[in-house]
Amino acid sequence: MKDKSHQNEYWDALTRLMGSQSLAVLATHNQGQPYTSLVAFAGSEDLKALYFVTGQATRKYVNVTNDPRASMMIDNRSNAPSDIADAMAATATGSVDIVSGIELIELQDIYLQKHPHLAEFVKSPSTRLIRLNVSCYYVVNRFQNVVELHMRK
Amino acid sequence: MILIKSLDQIQTSDQHLVGGKSLALAHLYQNGFPVPKAVCLTTHVYETFIAATGLHTRIQMEINRKDFSQMRWEEIWDAALRIRSFFLKAPIPPELNENLTRVLKPLFENAVVAVRSSAPGEDASGSSFAGLHESFVNIRGLESIIDHVRLVWASLWSDAAMLYRKEIGLDVNQSKMAVIIQEMIDGDRSGVIFTRNPANKHESVIESVHGLNQGLVDGIIEPDRWTLDIESGNILSHQPAVREKWMIAGPGGAVVDDLPVQKSGIPSIDSDDIRTVFKQAMASEKLFDYPQDMEWTFKNRQMYVLQSRPISTGIDNQGTDDRGWYLSLRRSLESLKALRVRIEKDLIVKMIEDADLLAAMDIDNLSDHDLAAEIDRRSKIYQDWEKIYWADFIPFAHGMRMFGQVYNDTIKPDDPFEFVSLLETSDLKSIERNRKLEQLAESVRHDQKLWNHLKSGQTELIDPDFYGNARHFFHEYMDASHIEVDSPDGLSEILVSILLEMAEGGIKQKKYSEKSHKELETNFLNMFDEKSRVHNEELLDLARASYRMRDDDNMFLGRIEREMKRAGAAGKQRLGINIPRPESPEMFDEIASSLRDSDYQPVFKKKAAEKVKGFDVQARQLIGQPAGQGIGTGIARVINTREDLGLFCHGEILVCDAIDPNMTLIVPMAAAIVERRGGMLIHGAIIAREYGIPCITGVPDATAAINSGDQLTVDGFLGIVTIIR
Repeated sequence: MKDKSHQNEYWDALTRLMGSQSLAVLATHNQGQPYTSLVAFAGSEDLKALYFVTGQATRKYVNVTNDPRASMMIDNRSNAPSDIADAMAATATGSVDIVSGIELIELQDIYLQKHPHLAEFVKSPSTRLIRLNVSCYYVVNRFQNVVELHMRK
Repeated sequence: MILIKSLDQIQTSDQHLVGGKSLALAHLYQNGFPVPKAVCLTTHVYETFIAATGLHTRIQMEINRKDFSQMRWEEIWDAALRIRSFFLKAPIPPELNENLTRVLKPLFENAVVAVRSSAPGEDASGSSFAGLHESFVNIRGLESIIDHVRLVWASLWSDAAMLYRKEIGLDVNQSKMAVIIQEMIDGDRSGVIFTRNPANKHESVIESVHGLNQGLVDGIIEPDRWTLDIESGNILSHQPAVREKWMIAGPGGAVVDDLPVQKSGIPSIDSDDIRTVFKQAMASEKLFDYPQDMEWTFKNRQMYVLQSRPISTGIDNQGTDDRGWYLSLRRSLESLKALRVRIEKDLIVKMIEDADLLAAMDIDNLSDHDLAAEIDRRSKIYQDWEKIYWADFIPFAHGMRMFGQVYNDTIKPDDPFEFVSLLETSDLKSIERNRKLEQLAESVRHDQKLWNHLKSGQTELIDPDFYGNARHFFHEYMDASHIEVDSPDGLSEILVSILLEMAEGGIKQKKYSEKSHKELETNFLNMFDEKSRVHNEELLDLARASYRMRDDDNMFLGRIEREMKRAGAAGKQRLGINIPRPESPEMFDEIASSLRDSDYQPVFKKKAAEKVKGFDVQARQLIGQPAGQGIGTGIARVINTREDLGLFCHGEILVCDAIDPNMTLIVPMAAAIVERRGGMLIHGAIIAREYGIPCITGVPDATAAINSGDQLTVDGFLGIVTIIR
């Protein structure tokens, strides 16, 4: 899109959407069988990464350790007729990695700023913090209006 | 849930349920004013209906195809027509129907009633919706009452009502409608009184007509007018009307008829009536503690108050909104017929004269000073015509819209735009031009030598007949377009490349089926009795003129604009400067100033580039209005400049800001059309339908989001453009 102001409008809209929602739908797969789960997420300021936490025994954890490709959908529907006009959904695609080492402490803090009630869960030795490195957001609004936001490297 | 309230039940706290008009009537009734028997269907009825039928969601989809603030009035009209069609066709849920029937049957089964709008907020003194929503008189029978309730509900979403709410910043999502069902008083004389004259607060004004009030309120019947002293009620002046017509109860509503001779010589009311009206109105002003605009009627010697509302416009906020213009979009058949005469016999003739005079003028030999004056003069001529365009031509476009509404009310077709095919029998100027272009391309296709000469640019070898025809075509049509003359003595390069492309790719023929038009027309006219049939034939004829004009006026205004730009271009050339597109009148001012004063430094403002954040946006799927049915796939060709026209290849998808009537040369070659400017009845959509080409209009940022070379799928059924990368 040539008009720069629209690019920034999408950036702002996406930032607002991330801030307004605490849960997102994560999609992984097990040998080709798609699998979705509701996760509490947080996003990086530059929108390049989405974080969630999970136990090591969960299906989603097993799935992403077998294939890091994943997708996450964040939306603001309210189950009202006005959704058709007002709801926005952003589907992020990319690949995940499991955060460890020195980075873990920093990212746990970022995550807990958004979800302080999950402190016990996040700090548990059996919990893993996962990062979805986003390559593209597919943003849908006004029912059928779709744009792709390709992240710069 | 309270569905119905009678006048004795309504309290001030019910305003959100019953609307200002019902509340005022209830207050009048409860204070002993003579008001006809009435009940109010509350906003709960409306809400129940739109929730149970799914209309709530349909309305949301219609008004949110794009940011409402960016919708043009033509797009809003289209949405309004679709919404009206939903309201007409959606069945009333059985339970709601039972509840309404139970209350309405004993009251109004055998009565004649008026069905009136009463939207909450409608008559608040700060925002007058007076006249924006519909009311109907002389309605008989429960079924017809309910049908008219639907129409009153739908009028909440009329183009004028939506535009006005947009103007004053009301949330369209919060809009609701209550409806008054009022016993009809078949008045023999009626009128309105303003307790305070908007022009002079020491006076009251009465306007009065013979017959029903509808004719006066709708501006069809000219009233007698009196001004009264506000203290004494004494008559200060009387301005008699030319009394020729009146409105009386007729089949299915109110009809305009010739006023009997014995009535035409006398005003509808005498001094006793004037005193009665004044007394009641001042009592109403006292009751509501605010100046009132009261509608009233007399039957024999008894006066009835039909409604009373606070005067809003004219006292505090005169001229601060465009409600008058929005209301002008709703004109009577009579006023549109008069407008047609003015446009066809006067305005168009003058517009062509102006364009011809400007085109004939040699501006190249003017001195710099004279050229500057000529640029100013042409800017002014263009701007004057643009004003006329808004004041007369656009309201005249309402002719086809008025017909569309009558057609849909009568036929209730599945496709709310079916009526357009009845209008298409008219021969548009640009279609005629394209037919001539097709003939030229046909010659090229069948003459290999001619093709070779054109291809190699050897114009001197071209058959003189063809050369003459092509030159004639160019002067007749393209010279008058935005396509600037690039080879005054030879053949236009753009014309040549279009002809070659058309000759190679084959030519799409205009889709046209006289039979189906005829069938639709006959079906429609057969729905009426003899008298109404004549009226509706007139309406159809007017609609066809309006449809034709909506195209031709653009073309003539295009000629004037082109002449303005020609002078600007001459100025640019002399100064040796380029200016950023799109060109604006301010830029021409700058050119003129530079020509007058060689030291002048012109400023051409360009939008500052914004810094972009960390991603690249690519549109994937864009939403517009489905304006021409069908699915087209192909490579996009974005038309930004005149040079782009010459690059257009057969089978490409035409993407542009707005199809100028002068750009339609390439339309027959297009696989589909995507246009930023919105509307079902705008030029691009009209031409696309003429040729049966899938078309989507009103796609925000179409030319920015789509690049030439993108693979597109254009779904002209749903209004969705998909960009495949």
